Amino acid sequence: MLIDFLFELRARKLPVSTHEWMALMEAMALGLHESSLDGFYHLCRTICVKDIAQYDAYDEAFLAYFKDIHVESLKLTEAIRSWLADPKNLEGLTEEQRQAIAELDLERLRELFEQRMKEQKERHDGGNRWIGTGGTSPFGTNGKNPTGMRVGGGGGRSAMAVADERRFKEYRRDVVLDVRQIDVALRGLRRLGREGALDELDLDETIDKTSRNAGDIDIVFRPPRRNRVKVLLLMDVGGSMDPHAELVSRLFTAASRAGRFAKFRSYYFHNCVYNSVYEDAEFRKGVPTADLIANSDRDEKLVIVGDALMHPAELLDPGGSMYLYSHQRASGIEWLRRLAAHFRSAAWLNPEPDRFWTGTTIEVVASVFGMWPLTLDGLAASVRYLVRGGARPSVGDPAKWMKAVLG
Amino acid sequence: MSDAFDTFDQFCGTASYIASDELRHAVNVAVALARPLLVRGEPGTGKTLLAENLASSLGLPLIRWHVKSTTKAKDGLYVYDTVARLHDSRFAGDGVDVRDIARYIKLGPLGQALDAPSRVVLLIDEVDKADLEFPNDLLHELDAMRFRIEETGREVAARERPIVIITSNNEKELPDAFLRRCVFHYIQFPTRELMIEIVRVHHPDITDRVLDNALEVFFGLRATPKLRKKPSTSELIDWICALKKAGVDLSRVSGGIPFLGTLLKTEQDVELVGKRAKA
Repeated sequence: MLIDFLFELRARKLPVSTHEWMALMEAMALGLHESSLDGFYHLCRTICVKDIAQYDAYDEAFLAYFKDIHVESLKLTEAIRSWLADPKNLEGLTEEQRQAIAELDLERLRELFEQRMKEQKERHDGGNRWIGTGGTSPFGTNGKNPTGMRVGGGGGRSAMAVADERRFKEYRRDVVLDVRQIDVALRGLRRLGREGALDELDLDETIDKTSRNAGDIDIVFRPPRRNRVKVLLLMDVGGSMDPHAELVSRLFTAASRAGRFAKFRSYYFHNCVYNSVYEDAEFRKGVPTADLIANSDRDEKLVIVGDALMHPAELLDPGGSMYLYSHQRASGIEWLRRLAAHFRSAAWLNPEPDRFWTGTTIEVVASVFGMWPLTLDGLAASVRYLVRGGARPSVGDPAKWMKAVLG
Repeated sequence: MSDAFDTFDQFCGTASYIASDELRHAVNVAVALARPLLVRGEPGTGKTLLAENLASSLGLPLIRWHVKSTTKAKDGLYVYDTVARLHDSRFAGDGVDVRDIARYIKLGPLGQALDAPSRVVLLIDEVDKADLEFPNDLLHELDAMRFRIEETGREVAARERPIVIITSNNEKELPDAFLRRCVFHYIQFPTRELMIEIVRVHHPDITDRVLDNALEVFFGLRATPKLRKKPSTSELIDWICALKKAGVDLSRVSGGIPFLGTLLKTEQDVELVGKRAKA
């Protein structure tokens, strides 16, 4: 029956292999799950899930699969029976309470428990009904009901409750991005080559030379391997990018770390790239885009960060920039095409969630640049594309709605 | 099989190391299945200490392998010291037999662990520090627990599979093939209750009131949004140590946290916390 759980896990994109599943079976044969659902929850997670980012998906799968089974009913009944059998637990109870215990029989207690376990969805503290901590409900821990059963607390908690809490939600990969995670993703962006000062001993060459030299030691040095990737980063700031400012600054922090790339330059633009980009986010020091293109090595990796969201006219009309005083000769899209044509590999990272891309200027820009959402997965995919090439993600056809907008 | 069964549930933490139930369970599963245990978690949650304490609680020797950015997988098995041999071939006296290659083979930490006469605990610390391909290069040796020294043809095989603890700071993604062979545990940041236990192990004489005040400040700091580096368990223990040595009573201190430098390690964080305290 457990094989279905394997497929439940795989259906949630957890990369559990046969190898790991066999290990789990072996572990269960050894009794490592301690014949309990709690034990199984931890055992299976330990063996099959190797990434904290996947813990939440595991919790979901576990909940979905084990939701309807009897909640450890046998084990709990046994626990209650022995608990009640221990006269120590009855000390300090009043006559009345002892009477109440006799009244609340085990079968009924168990039925009630299971029923509430199914109904209850949240953590619960205090109160007189739900399973939780404190309060006077018959179920839970640290409570005051004399005939209640203890659930979790102290030495470990029920797996269902742990899974239900979904403590690992914040580690999910599709949402969070801190500087360190970006760092990790950017490490993929490299091509190693030997360049620079000779400060590493080349052993093979030394031995070779020495033997040719009839045993007279001749030491050969070579330059160490360094990352040769050069990066040009263009960032959209202001306006609709304001909500994403924090995220973009994290990307910048990670990308600009010293020694990461052979060369790293960054410029700012607003809305779309027009005939100038700027060295500062206040748009004081402009650099003509044409000069930027002319002075850039075609092998530099161009990374553009922006939401690509604007009025279609701002993108498509010549002189469409909101800076009306600067007379634009080419439209925004034309500048983007020139950039795309110059650089051999380029990627556009969009902080806007990709479900909002259809029917906007994002689609037009994505037809010029390969575009990925600015999430950990998106960043990793764009890095792979920049280093190894491959297919760009497909986007919708902007022609469909553009006519309607532009008339 | 029965052998694995005997070893199950051996590790229960030690007097100076408090392990959560989940961690204990993970360690014991790894030992029983004879697979490496990969431990991840925030810095300062005791990943490296785990191996030390596991070794001392099982009474086994510990071999450490601290991985650095320049570490190669082969270095862990053995190093053939060609430069020394080259040197000896020219300058050494008569007593040295340069033809004996084995003299110039030095076993690395993994090599030593496999060559050990009895069971050992091997710690591979910060496996993600090295090159991306590093873990892949270890796959075979960790699986088969044997390797061959090419230069001499000698085969080194483990008499008893070492218990392997691998730590990682999540800096790099580890390859799937490597992960598949490991048992994984993520050390969660301790809850307040567990933290009380941990602090008590290190500072047995601390009073409830002092501990309460210290934890109040500590968890308050950790909850500060936008902190670049949250203070960790080891930093809390150092901080309490500093407080004790200086005889500072937290409940009487007003205006700022004393010895903030032991808890926060970047200027931005210190500034941020300072600003919030004023506000």
